[in-house]
Amino acid sequence: MPFAKRARRIFRRARFLLYWSVVAMAAGCSRREPPADLVIINNVEPESLDPALIVAQADMRIVSGMFEGLTRLEPVQAHAVPGLAESWDISPDGKVYTFHLRTNLCWSTGEPMTSADVVYSWLRALDPKTASRYVEQLYYLKNAEDFNNGKITNAELVGVSAPDKYTVRAELNSPTAFFLDVCAIPTLAVVPRQTIEKYGDHWLMARPLPVSGAFDLVAWRLNDKIRLKKNPYYWDATNTQAEIIDLLPVGSPTTALNLYERGQVDVVWDKELIPSSLVDVLLKRPDFHKFNYLGTYFVRFNVTQKPFNDRRVRQALALAVDKERITKRITRAGEMAAEHLVPPGTHNYQPPPGLGHDPERARKLLAEAGYPGGKGFPHFEYLFNASPIHEKIAVELQQMWHDELGIEMELRQVETQVFWGMQQRLEYQMSKSSWAGDYDDANTFLAMFVTGGGNNETGWSNPHYDELIAAANNELDTAKREKLFQQAETILDHDEMPIIPLYVYLGISYFDTNKVTGIWPNMLDDHPLQSVRKIKPQK
Amino acid sequence: MYFIRRILFAIPLLFVISALAFLLVHLAPGGPFDSERKPASPEVERNIKAKYHLDEPVWRQYGRYLGDLLHGDFGASMKYQDHSVNDIIAQGLPVSMLLGGLAFGIALGAGIPLGFFTAARRGGWQDYTGSFVALLAVCVPSFVIAPFLILIFAMKLKWFPVALWVTPWHMILPPIVLGSYFVGKVARILREGMLEAVHAEFVTAARAKGLSETALLLKHALRIAMLPVVSYSGPMLADLLTGSFIVENIFQIPGIGVFLVNSSLNRDYTVVVGLSLLYAILLIGLNLVVDFAYTLMDPRVKYE
Amino acid sequence: MSEPQHFSPGQRAWRRFQKNRAAMWSAWYLVLLLAVVIAWPLLLKISGGDFARLHGPDELSDAQFAPPSIHHWFGTDLHGRDVFSRVLYGAQISLMVGIFGAGVSLVIGVLWGAVAGYAGGRLDSVLMRIVDILYSLPTIVFVIVIITTFGEMLKQSEFVQNSPAAAGALRIVLLFVGLGAVSWLTMARIIRGQVLSLRSRAFVEASRTLGAGSTRILLRHIIPNIFSVAITYTALTLPAIILYESFLSFLALGVQPPMASWGTLIAEGVSQINPIRIYWWLIFFPSAVLVATLLALNFLGDGLRDAWDVKGK
Repeated sequence: MPFAKRARRIFRRARFLLYWSVVAMAAGCSRREPPADLVIINNVEPESLDPALIVAQADMRIVSGMFEGLTRLEPVQAHAVPGLAESWDISPDGKVYTFHLRTNLCWSTGEPMTSADVVYSWLRALDPKTASRYVEQLYYLKNAEDFNNGKITNAELVGVSAPDKYTVRAELNSPTAFFLDVCAIPTLAVVPRQTIEKYGDHWLMARPLPVSGAFDLVAWRLNDKIRLKKNPYYWDATNTQAEIIDLLPVGSPTTALNLYERGQVDVVWDKELIPSSLVDVLLKRPDFHKFNYLGTYFVRFNVTQKPFNDRRVRQALALAVDKERITKRITRAGEMAAEHLVPPGTHNYQPPPGLGHDPERARKLLAEAGYPGGKGFPHFEYLFNASPIHEKIAVELQQMWHDELGIEMELRQVETQVFWGMQQRLEYQMSKSSWAGDYDDANTFLAMFVTGGGNNETGWSNPHYDELIAAANNELDTAKREKLFQQAETILDHDEMPIIPLYVYLGISYFDTNKVTGIWPNMLDDHPLQSVRKIKPQK
Repeated sequence: MYFIRRILFAIPLLFVISALAFLLVHLAPGGPFDSERKPASPEVERNIKAKYHLDEPVWRQYGRYLGDLLHGDFGASMKYQDHSVNDIIAQGLPVSMLLGGLAFGIALGAGIPLGFFTAARRGGWQDYTGSFVALLAVCVPSFVIAPFLILIFAMKLKWFPVALWVTPWHMILPPIVLGSYFVGKVARILREGMLEAVHAEFVTAARAKGLSETALLLKHALRIAMLPVVSYSGPMLADLLTGSFIVENIFQIPGIGVFLVNSSLNRDYTVVVGLSLLYAILLIGLNLVVDFAYTLMDPRVKYE
Repeated sequence: MSEPQHFSPGQRAWRRFQKNRAAMWSAWYLVLLLAVVIAWPLLLKISGGDFARLHGPDELSDAQFAPPSIHHWFGTDLHGRDVFSRVLYGAQISLMVGIFGAGVSLVIGVLWGAVAGYAGGRLDSVLMRIVDILYSLPTIVFVIVIITTFGEMLKQSEFVQNSPAAAGALRIVLLFVGLGAVSWLTMARIIRGQVLSLRSRAFVEASRTLGAGSTRILLRHIIPNIFSVAITYTALTLPAIILYESFLSFLALGVQPPMASWGTLIAEGVSQINPIRIYWWLIFFPSAVLVATLLALNFLGDGLRDAWDVKGK
C-alpha cells in the first residue's frame, strides 16, 4: 500500500523535525551568561522600573539601586544620608532647603550630571502627562500640587530651581520635618532626560541606559530575572560590594523557600515570601530574621452607611475583636496586636493608648446603638481581595463577631483589580486594608485620614482631626509635634474608629549570615543593593 | 484550493475574535489602573486614561487598536508599562513553545505506546492496568502532580532543580507535568481507535490472509487508529504551545501562559487581546496543518 | 450481535452496561457518595449540640492542624475546622457545579447543534461559525469575564441587593453558567453531526412526506435519537467541568469563602507541600476523593458509551 509508506515517511520526517527543533530551541534558550555574584528573590515582577511610576515597595528596592536622589537611605537603620547632594542648608523657618550637589557626578554613560537634571526629574514626576501615582511625595514643594492638577501650567512657579550647576533650591509649603527622608524616595530620583525624550514610554529598554545610581540595568526579562551590574561611574562606586546581582521575580512563598533551600538563591527579602504555615518552625532557624516593620493591617468601615455611620457600632465591633487570636492562629510570626494605626517604633513618635479588647463593653455599646444581642443588625459584607491570608483573617473575624456580638457577616472575595476600585468608590461596608509607611514618620499614616484625603476611603471626616494634622505639620518642635499627632490618633482609633487596627506587620527575610553580609533589619524593610555582598568561601 | 479558502476565511474570523476579546475584557469590572493608591489627583487619572485612550468609546479604541495591529503592533502593556505586547510575546512565546513542544513529545512518545499496548492486550490484566494508568493521568490535576514531583525529585532526591528555566535539567519536570494529562488522553483515543479498527473489514481480510496479530495491529490497525490522534493533536498543540498557567506558575517559567491568565485578572487589555489573537492564530493554523496531514495519510479524505 | 431480538435498544444497553464491572462499581460509588453528601448535613442538624460543633464545616476550634483521629476523621485545618465535613460540603458544591454546568452545556449544546444540523443552509453556517469563534477564544479569558462581569451586573440588581441568600447563591450560579457556557461547544458539534446524518435517514424523510412540521420532526424523531449521544457525552463533560472548577478555585475565582469546593480545599492543601513539614491530610483526602470521583465519572461515561455503542469523540 503506497500511502502506508508515505504516512510512515511523513511520520519519520515529522519526528525528525520535532527532534531537531526541540534541540535547536533548547540550545537557543539556554543563554550563556556569567553567573551572578548574588541572587535575590525580591517578590513579584515589578510593574515598572521607572522611578516616577512605581508604587510597590518591592519595586522600589530595585529602582533605588539604579536611580538615586539627593539623599539616599543608609543600610542599617534606613535613615536619610547624603546621596547625590553632598550637603544642604535649611532656612530657619524650615521652609527652604538648599542642596549642594557633588561635583564629580556622572551618568553611567560618562556624561556629567548637574542640578538641571534634578529639576527636570522632579518636574517630570509632577507633570500630569507622566501620570505618576506616587506623586504626593512631591506635594510638599510650593505650587507642586497645583501644577500636578493642571491648575497652573508654568513649571517655573513650582518650588524647585537650580541657581547654579551644583545647587538645587527647594521651597516648601510648610516646614516638613521628614523632607530629607522624602528626598530618598525613588519618585524624586534623578532620571536621564535625553534618553527619556528620545525613547518616550519605553526609555527603560534603551541600552546602554544611563543611570544615576550604583547599578546598571543589563537585562530585564519579564517573569525571568532582572540583572544589575555595577556602575563604575557612580560617585560611591568604590563601596559597591557586588559586581552582578540577579533579582528573581517570585511571588509564591513555597517556590521561594524551595529555591532557597536548594541553594539556588542567596537572599529572600520580602515578608510575603515565607510560607505562613511554616512560620513557627522557620523562625527558630538562625538564617530567618524577623524585625519590626512600618506597616499595619487594619479594617476600614464605610462610615457613610448604616449601621457603620454610628460610632458606637464601630467601637463595639473593634472591642469585640481578639487581635491576639489572629496573630497567634493566622499570622503566627509573633506579630504585635495593634491598638493604633501608627506602628510602635516610628521615628519620634509614641502612640497613645487604644481601645483594647473588651467584649462586655462591646455588647453594651451595641445595645446602646439599638442592637441588643445583635438583634436586628443588618447583614453586611466584608470585602477583601483574593489572597489566602485575607481570607483566613476574614474567617476569624466572622466567627468572633458571631460569637461575641451575635451579628452575621458575609464574606465577599473579589479580584484584586476589582477590589481597589470598589474601596475607592466606597462600594463596600467593611473592607480589609493595610498600609506601609512611605517614610519613617507618623505623618505617613495619619495624614491618610484627613477629610477628602486620596487614601481615606472610608468617607470619614472630622474637622478637629484635620486641624491637628495641619498643626503638627507646621510644628518645628519634635515634642510638640508628637503631642499633636497623639491627639489626632486618639480621635482616629479610640474615639471615632473609622478603622480597626488589627496587627503590626513584621518584616521577614532569610539568608545565611555566614554567607551574605550587608543586610540589616530596619523599619522600612529597605536594604540598599549597594551594600549587599556574598562572603567568598576562604580556601 | 480548499486550504487557500480556509486561510482566507481565517482572516475575518480573527477580526471577529479580536473584537470579541476586546469587548469582553472591556466589559469586565475594574480597570488596568485601579490600585491601592488612588491617583494623586483627578487630573492624573484623566491623564492616565488619555494616554491609553481609555477615555474614548470602546469602538473608537478598537478602531485604533486595529490600526496598530495592521502595522504589526499589538500595543503597550498597561500593567508592565515599560514593555510592549510584542516584547512580551517575543520573550515568552519561545519559552512556552519549547515547554509545550517537549510536553507534546512526551504526550505522543508515551501515549501512543501505552494506547497500542493496552489495545494489543485488550481484555487482559495489562489492558486494565494500562488503561487505568491512562485514566489516572487524565484525572489527577497538574497542580497536585507538580508539587509532589518537586517534593520527591527536586527536594528529597535532588535530581532536578525545583524551579526556573535555565539549563536542560530545568526542562524535565515541567514538560512531564504538563504532558501527563495528554499522555492519558492520547492513549485512550488511540486504544479506542485500535479497537474499532480491528473490526474493520480489511483488517479482518488481512487476518484471514494469515498475518500475525502483532503485524496486523502494527501495519493496519495503528494506521487507522492514528487518525483521531492526529486530529486531536491540533487543538492539543495549540493548548500546549500557548503555555500553561499552572505549570509556568509552579515552576517559575517565563512563558506566556502566566500572562494569559494574569493579564485577564489585571485587566491588562492589550495583553489579553494580543494573546487571545495569538492563541486563535495558532489554533486555526494547527487545525489546518492537521487537516492537511489527514489528506496525506488517508486517501479516502478529500477536500474539494 | 447475537442478542435476542425482543429487547428494546434501552434494555439492550442496560444489559451491556451491567456487564461492565468498572462502570457498575463506579455507579455504586457515585450513588454512595451522593447519599453521604446528602445525609451528612442532615445528620449534623439532627444530632446538634457537641457533635455538630465538632464537625460543622464552618465551626472554628482551637485544634489547629490536628492529624486524623477519632474526633476528626480527616484531621483539621488552620482554623481547626473538621476536614471530613469540609470535604463533604465541598463535594456538594463541586458535584453541583459539575452537574449543573454539564446541564447547561447539554441544553445549549443540544439545541444549538440540533437546530444547526436540522435547519442547514445559511443558519447552519452562521451557528457553526459562532462555535468556531468561541472555540478559538482562550477559555480562561471567557470564564473570567463571564464570572466577573455578570457577577457585577447582577450584584447591582434590586433582587440581589435585598436578599443576602441570593447574593450567596449568585456566585455558584455564575460558576455553573460560566463553566457550562464554555463547555457546550464540542457538544454542539457532535450533535450537529448526528442530526445531519439522521436527517437524511429514511424514517425522517418518510414523516416529512407525510406532512409533519419541522418542530414536530425535531421533537419526535431527532431529539430522541440523539439522546444517547448527548447523555454519554454529558457524563464525560461532567468530570472536565469539576476539574475546571478546581482550576478556577486555584486562581481564587471559584466559590466564596468560607464555603469550600474540592478545588479550594486542594488549593489550600497544595500550598502546604514543602520539604519541612507537610500536613498530609489537608492534601491527601480532598485529592483522593476528587480523583476517585473523576475516575468513577469517566468509567461511567465509558460504560454508557460502550453500552449504547456511541461513536464519535
